[in-house]
Amino acid sequence: MDAYVLDSHSYEHDEEGYLKNLSEWNKELAVLIAVDEKIEMSDEHWEVVNFLRDYYEEYQVAPAIRVLVKAMKKTFGPEKGEQKYLYQLFPYGPAKQACKIAGLPKPTGCV
Amino acid sequence: MNDGKATNGAAGAKKRFMYVNRKAPYGTIYALESLEVVLISAAFEQDVSLAFLDDGVYQLTKGQNTTAIGMKNFSPTFKALGDYEIKKLYVEKESLDERGLAPEDLMQITYEDEDEDYAEKPLIHIVSRSELTEILARQDVLFNF
Amino acid sequence: MPTLHTINKSPFERSSFASALNHLLPGDALLMIEDGVVGARKSSAFAGRLEAAAKTCRVYVLGPDLAARGIAEKDVVAGATLVDYGGFVDLVTGHDRTQAWL
Repeated sequence: MDAYVLDSHSYEHDEEGYLKNLSEWNKELAVLIAVDEKIEMSDEHWEVVNFLRDYYEEYQVAPAIRVLVKAMKKTFGPEKGEQKYLYQLFPYGPAKQACKIAGLPKPTGCV
Repeated sequence: MNDGKATNGAAGAKKRFMYVNRKAPYGTIYALESLEVVLISAAFEQDVSLAFLDDGVYQLTKGQNTTAIGMKNFSPTFKALGDYEIKKLYVEKESLDERGLAPEDLMQITYEDEDEDYAEKPLIHIVSRSELTEILARQDVLFNF
Repeated sequence: MPTLHTINKSPFERSSFASALNHLLPGDALLMIEDGVVGARKSSAFAGRLEAAAKTCRVYVLGPDLAARGIAEKDVVAGATLVDYGGFVDLVTGHDRTQAWL
């Protein structure tokens, strides 16, 4: 089984890098996953990651990109509620990369 | 076949897709599979609605707690359906009555209407058996779970 | 805009057959397949309800599933028509939608 290793503790992930047990997630691990994705976490990145975690906590589902954009728009305003903005932060797909860093499962319907 | 009301210009005719849910959650995989297909199909921008009848009404009960059976409680996900542009969940009144359930036993599910300054509107509509029969007959495609 | 309703469970085992009968509109078609054909046997406890439905709807039974369960054509309720697999396909294409009562 593949795993992320942090401070000699291992965190299992699936073949695509999504954390197996989302309760194991912590901020240091998020930074490590981000490095694997070639992303350096900024405040803007954290804003999205935390938003996704809150969304998952409430609805038990990782939102599709379209849904994420709409929800971001409502919470943070039109500048951040744009696909373009999210792709600048997460170039290989905001839903996929940000969810992975947030320790969430791959969004349903995301292939 | 299409009365023209549900068309969206350049993107072509929208079809009315209805997901018909007749089984209680957790005992079989039907309910969860249905919900996942609904979330996926939302990307295709069709006119999607859900029907709950027979034991399917149990999918919407409030206070579901799956901790002790070791399964994921997916009932909160129904509250996200509004974000997925799904605005209609029909629940058959006779199915509730037969099971000793009342509308108050169901979760409160709302969506925010962007066109009306995010006003909260109810997603669940309690309909009679004959009303539901008519609604089913208006669909282009029925998916059964 | 008639609907084709398919039923694949015995009315003696599941409530889906009864539920289908509760959601028929006049002019709809009902097709019994797989274990659903058990409901087509005449003089069963269920036959009366099916015969009543046959007054406003067309009722069909899939012949191969009847034969497999040893139900003779003469023992099928009045008003039901036997179809083969080709007839099944014709029914699906001849209706606006199919409701599968699982």
